[in-house]
Amino acid sequence: MSKTAALLQWIDDRFPLTSTYKAHLSEYYAPKNFNFWYFFGSLALLVLVIQILSGIFLTMHYKPDASSAFGSVEYIMRDVPWGWLVRYIHSTGASMFFVVVYLHMFRGLLYGSYRKPRELIWIFGMLIYLCLMAEAFFGYLLPWGQMSYWGAQVIVNLFGAVPFVGEDLAVWIRGDYVVSDATLNRFFAFHVIAIPLVLLGLVAAHLVALHEVGSNNPDGVEIKKKKDPKTGIPLDGIPFHPYYTVKDIVGVVVFLMVFSIIVFFLPEVGGYFLEDNNFIPADPMKTPPHIAPVWYFTPYYAMLRAVPSMFGSQFPGVVVMGAAVVIFFLLPWLDRGKVKSIRYRGPKFKAALVVFSVSFVILGWLGVNPTDFLGKVGSSDLDTATLLARIFTVVYFLFFLAMPWYTASDKEKPEPDRVTG
Amino acid sequence: MAQNSAPDSSKRRLLLGATSAVGAVGAVFVATPFLTSMAPSARARAAGAPVEVDISKLEPGMMITVEWRGRPVWIIHRTKEMIDALPKAVEKVADPESNQPQQPEYAKNATRSLKPDIAVIVGICTHLGCSPTAKMKIGPESDMGDDWPGGFYCPCHGSKFDLAGRVFKGMPAPINLAVPPHTYLTDTRLVVGQDKKGA
Repeated sequence: MSKTAALLQWIDDRFPLTSTYKAHLSEYYAPKNFNFWYFFGSLALLVLVIQILSGIFLTMHYKPDASSAFGSVEYIMRDVPWGWLVRYIHSTGASMFFVVVYLHMFRGLLYGSYRKPRELIWIFGMLIYLCLMAEAFFGYLLPWGQMSYWGAQVIVNLFGAVPFVGEDLAVWIRGDYVVSDATLNRFFAFHVIAIPLVLLGLVAAHLVALHEVGSNNPDGVEIKKKKDPKTGIPLDGIPFHPYYTVKDIVGVVVFLMVFSIIVFFLPEVGGYFLEDNNFIPADPMKTPPHIAPVWYFTPYYAMLRAVPSMFGSQFPGVVVMGAAVVIFFLLPWLDRGKVKSIRYRGPKFKAALVVFSVSFVILGWLGVNPTDFLGKVGSSDLDTATLLARIFTVVYFLFFLAMPWYTASDKEKPEPDRVTG
Repeated sequence: MAQNSAPDSSKRRLLLGATSAVGAVGAVFVATPFLTSMAPSARARAAGAPVEVDISKLEPGMMITVEWRGRPVWIIHRTKEMIDALPKAVEKVADPESNQPQQPEYAKNATRSLKPDIAVIVGICTHLGCSPTAKMKIGPESDMGDDWPGGFYCPCHGSKFDLAGRVFKGMPAPINLAVPPHTYLTDTRLVVGQDKKGA
């Protein structure tokens, strides 16, 4: 036995190194027909690593203190060697995280990746999405600009809308009666340690569950149903390493090219990745004339704005916004289709998915603009944008709520026995 | 003797349940100081002192903003025209009589103020806490429509308020802007955060 083989044996006697490597890489059999849409899971993992690494270096210079936070960010940008690069990587990473996660989730919708037996993978994934939202929200307060401040003010007040306990809850979250130094200090703690720990745990659970049942694929058929009788390996499966590690590297290279172009040439992306108003220090006395969350929250923000107050409370709007996120969790049980993949779905599901995706994008577009940017409906007092937001909010929910009916009655094509190329 | 007998599963369940219950109670006790540490500190609670303002230089039609408990408080000197516009806004606003307890008893009147011309209002939208923008000019000049009675517009979610801080009907904001406790020391010296007899 060679020296390296002996060392490996020594480790394997004490730690499951080779068996883990085999179980998750060299003998983890993934369907051979993955396409473009299957890049985004590994890319999400890459962005997670980018965010953790760049974040560690930002915490070396950032000060979580209301009187020096804004200044310390400018210090990172101007005085810290390469500080601008680290910060732009982190701010670009935040938005790109949502880009890849939204595409990853859309892939799930396309090919029915949330369906039995992958319900728990989907639920872990949705919890990751919630954590990402929390992470993005807490992180956004840290530069202590005008958008940071008023964004936090609005979101924390969402909790204040909860009947009876809301006001106390909001005060408890802020640690003060208004968003203040106490709020900034604790949001820093949540952003750099509490949420990332939960996030890492959930990512591990997401992957363990995935590797237990195996990946879905663009045909939505289970490759484990057809195995080689001698080896027990799925006939349509190929080892994740080297086949998909190498394929994912191509995705990584293309992704990093896009990422670098943003970081080096347009880090603000016209005010969408870094908002203009956040270059002004937080002023608790003055709300900027137009505030909007960063683009990845705007579909939900448009829904929040669209719901009028009822019974002297703004709680209904908050409930609608929360429900819009939570309803994703129910997807595995709302879908009654017999096939998983869009390739064999009927016209009803295809139409519903198109309408839903368009609604999501339009709500996002409405959310980045002020409510009056499209004028009024006729001679009434109602803003056109508000009316549109109401319509598309209803459409958004109908995609989920009507799903048990339109999927059950859809005219689906028969699934093939094996994957198709 | 008991060495070979089967374990008593009901006894085990009882022990397991009792141990878990004691553990859970302990966890609640340990969690309490941590969760309570997130409540406002003694320093944050103490920082609510009243603010004294000199309004002698506040011209009619103008407003100033002062900070009280970390929030903006607007002091608006309404003109005769603005005061006259308030009754005309009654049909547009959701709570013209100020029935919701958003003001001290002495400000529950047609102008929501101690003096008809001076309004004191907490400039925080009752929807989600943005500070509305002043659109004080009456009519089309404010760019809020021809029959605008003067008031405030919240840039975050589009709520509208009149010059007494009363919210318009059908807005995201459910109730009127708050009027803080306030009193006049002299004609031109105002204290925000304190009632007449209090302190």
